[in-house]
Amino acid sequence: MIELEGLTKRYGEKVAVNNLSFTVRPGIITGFLGPNGAGKSTTMRMVLGLDRPTAGDVRIDGKHYDQLKDPLTYIGALLEAKAWHGGRSAYNHLLCLAQSNGIPSRRVHEVLDTVGLTAVAKKKTKGFSLGMGQRLGIAAALLGDPRILMFDEPVNGLDPEGIHWIRNLMKTLASQGRTVFVSSHLMSEMALTADHLVVIGQGRLLADTSMADFIAENSRSYVRIRTPQRERLLDMLHGEGITVVEPGAEVLEVDGDKAEAVGELAARHQVVLHELSPQRASLEEAFMQLTAESVEYHAHDGQPAGPVPQQQQQQQQQQQWGSDWRKG
Amino acid sequence: MSMAATQVVRSEWTKIRSVASTVWTLGLAVVVTIALGMLISALSKSEFDTMGREDQLTFDPTFISFAGTSLGQLAMIVFGVLVVANEYSTGMIRTSLAAVPKRGTFLFSKIAVATALALVVSMITSFATFFLGQAMLGDLKASIGDPGVLRAVIGGGLYMTLIAMFSMGVAAMLRSPMLSLGILMPFFFLISNILGNVPATEKVGRFLPDQAGSKIMQVVTPLDDDVPYGPWGGLGIMALWVIAALVGGYVVLKRRDA
Repeated sequence: MIELEGLTKRYGEKVAVNNLSFTVRPGIITGFLGPNGAGKSTTMRMVLGLDRPTAGDVRIDGKHYDQLKDPLTYIGALLEAKAWHGGRSAYNHLLCLAQSNGIPSRRVHEVLDTVGLTAVAKKKTKGFSLGMGQRLGIAAALLGDPRILMFDEPVNGLDPEGIHWIRNLMKTLASQGRTVFVSSHLMSEMALTADHLVVIGQGRLLADTSMADFIAENSRSYVRIRTPQRERLLDMLHGEGITVVEPGAEVLEVDGDKAEAVGELAARHQVVLHELSPQRASLEEAFMQLTAESVEYHAHDGQPAGPVPQQQQQQQQQQQWGSDWRKG
Repeated sequence: MSMAATQVVRSEWTKIRSVASTVWTLGLAVVVTIALGMLISALSKSEFDTMGREDQLTFDPTFISFAGTSLGQLAMIVFGVLVVANEYSTGMIRTSLAAVPKRGTFLFSKIAVATALALVVSMITSFATFFLGQAMLGDLKASIGDPGVLRAVIGGGLYMTLIAMFSMGVAAMLRSPMLSLGILMPFFFLISNILGNVPATEKVGRFLPDQAGSKIMQVVTPLDDDVPYGPWGGLGIMALWVIAALVGGYVVLKRRDA
């Protein structure tokens, strides 16, 4: 279990992570979603005690990271594609990590085998492809057989086969009761793997819900209807107390999963339907909508409690500059 | 705690023995120190008869055989810098600190391992450069049993080790191999020598780590010598510089984000 409480990181004026509080639970895959630069990597570095929080706290199984004895046996992390000495062999890289945490050297062979790098174990890692590098990073994360795993953008640079492999690996790890915390900037990737979702934008928490709830809350589902007997159907729907949206002359929309109700109603009154289709806004749209709202919220926020993010000031300046130019 | 430190020391030993830079930096330190020492010893022997009376009186065969140290120490500096700063330049530091979050344990285990290795190599180099240098000096040679000679030879090994340690501390402060080498190499090769030989700065220059530390390799004191410390005092001054650099490196590692 990873618990964040009011976690905040400032770099001078810029707030990278802003008062984040959430809990990553065992037995499921928790997706950590946000646009690039939202503060995901900074948050993960603070979990590992690499960056010091400006305020707030993060605990692993109730302890601060530096209180963990042999931390690799509690939590394994894939931080970025390359976090090792390229002149060292994959085997020696993993061996020195294993030794530092009292992990037996046979585990090095096991994890090399798990990630499929046994054949190149004695080769210097500077010749590794991006995909091989990701596999080595994952091997390092698995080394201590930890109960918690944290992956920062693990599918970056992987080929389809590698992506498939890592999805299955994460599912297996979660099904073994482990805590799996994985970041991505791609909603579509999260939709395929995550059970729970934590969304951040500009360092702020935007959502902390189950995947299903996130979809239900953030994407509008509706029924799209086309009929030559438009007025008749409208009267019937109003009569049943069903709200109708009329986005165009040809089309009607009914909010919610009411395809059956509308279909049966039309059949009872012998109204001809040319189309009756349940629609759902895509997850990507839901995500864009959510982060767009966060940006909008910031822009209309007037004077926030903290310092104004620099990026926002620049945006405002750019807008002013642009409008001047048009006048001229 | 001590068990954890043992684990980290073992890990750091694996790290240091599994990269090529360890072999070539230490190898270069050995070869350059010995070869240049032998060359200068041979040249000194052939020029002895043309020297002035005063120079002949203060002729120090032990110190002359250590002449290669001035160049060999540069390889030692590269060794010390790369051991520490490569963690930063390669990104390994994040993996290392995730594995060993106690930053003091991490840094001092690394420095202990690198220092032990540097000490072994330096001592072998020091004895080899002495005996091979004396062989070049013929009948001008000193004997290891002569007063002060054994101290100078052991001191030569300690000097090289301390240079490596000082470089490790500086690298831990600057966190970049290029920046560390860009400061240390010209400092020890040029600036320190200039400061130590120009009369205006001489009195300050002699308290610099290499100027003070190299006093340990002197057996015969120059005639007009007014240096306010002896061989061990000089080495002590150098050790203070090393401690300052290591403390500085530790403070930076402790405070900064990785």
